[in-house]
Amino acid sequence: MSAPQPTHRDLSAGAPLWLLAELTYRCPLQCPYCSNPLDFAAHRNELTTAEWVETMRQARAMGAVQLGFSGGEPLVRDDLETLVAEARQLGFYTNLITSALGLDEARITALRDAGLDHIQISLQAGDAEVAAAVAGSPKAHARKLAMARAVKAAGYPMVLNVVLHRHNIDDLDAIIALCDDLGADAVELANCQMYGWAQLNRAGLLPSRAQLEAAEATTARWRERLAARGRDMRLLFVVPDYYAERPKACMGGWGAIFMTVAPDGAVLPCHSARELPMTFPNVRDQSLAAIWYDSDAFNRFRGEAWMPRPCRDCDERHQDYGGCRCQAYLLTGDPAATDPVCALSPQHALIEDAREEAERAGRGGGELVMRNRRESQVFCRE
Amino acid sequence: MNDASVYTLRPGWRLQWEQAQERHVLLYPEGMVQLNASAGAVLELLDGERDVGAVIAALRERFPEGEGLEDDVREFLAEALAQGWIREREAP
Repeated sequence: MSAPQPTHRDLSAGAPLWLLAELTYRCPLQCPYCSNPLDFAAHRNELTTAEWVETMRQARAMGAVQLGFSGGEPLVRDDLETLVAEARQLGFYTNLITSALGLDEARITALRDAGLDHIQISLQAGDAEVAAAVAGSPKAHARKLAMARAVKAAGYPMVLNVVLHRHNIDDLDAIIALCDDLGADAVELANCQMYGWAQLNRAGLLPSRAQLEAAEATTARWRERLAARGRDMRLLFVVPDYYAERPKACMGGWGAIFMTVAPDGAVLPCHSARELPMTFPNVRDQSLAAIWYDSDAFNRFRGEAWMPRPCRDCDERHQDYGGCRCQAYLLTGDPAATDPVCALSPQHALIEDAREEAERAGRGGGELVMRNRRESQVFCRE
Repeated sequence: MNDASVYTLRPGWRLQWEQAQERHVLLYPEGMVQLNASAGAVLELLDGERDVGAVIAALRERFPEGEGLEDDVREFLAEALAQGWIREREAP
């Protein structure tokens, strides 16, 4: 019998601030960098409306205040408006994170009436051809542009999110110009991070260092240009982990401020954690408070006791918490390893090898496996 | 910034008292500013009607002992404006 594990109350007083509600894994698009788990097709038993309402109520009671409706494509759920209204009533700031497919003017109005605070729309590229290839849908791009304009016209603060990778990063100038034209208030230029489908397709997605540096320069030029015009459009450039020298403070720490509830009710410390070789608790079996404060899964990487060297003796361990557990596992097979992104990691060569590979690959960069139910079935059988 | 300027929160942003955190927070798309007591007290008064002069007067009434209150309020509003938390209301 081992000593009782310290609970989160011992390790930190923090309550969750963020709830990411992944309403469904269903999605009309097939982006090959999707962060959903590879075996998403195995998880079909979606929470009901009543179960989501109860989950949100518990999260709010614990102190969560930011709520993201995500997926898959959350608009696939026809109870989205009901959930938004309940969430707003509870006092959440409500964010809809969407491809915009499934949106129309009537639904924008209904969501507005339900109290939705913000809509974030993803774009795949600056032009229709690349967007169609990336999303696996020929018509999606035009639809997204129309809906982005409608969202802006409805008075929402509008954030556009563009995942950057080696197939679209060279077109960044055109992408930012498009976002400017659409009237975005902010643009997330999110370099593809290597989880889920992106990790599977890494060789075809990771840009070269030259591509990345050119993109950073383009972003800097646009910031100057926008400022000179007095145009208030924030550009948030997220550097890819693979070109960083230190790991990111993933999710602000494991089980520190953020929780994801997956479509089937599994509760995760981040939206990628389902890939880890761990069992995660489910809202159908336990209260959110019990899961957050007392479950083995949420306590496993809290504090410092779990840290390996070099993290445990490192002066920066309070800044990055050892980096990302999912990335450590995907690269080394050990979820408790130092994130290999860190130049101090004994396994940093894994990252250097991937960078070298990105230098050698052509712009085509190999076959991409599209994210869809058929491809996912392959992983369900393993 | 003069006393007749009227400031409002940036559209789509929301000021909210969070009991769990025992403070006001400023909520915006996918983010949150955790405010200290004086920042919360100032932002709470930006109702789209009160001008800077009225905001200061209201705070003076609430904190009669507050030294340098006027300068602090102006400084905070300038900072909030620079951060993009608030905007000046167009003249009616």
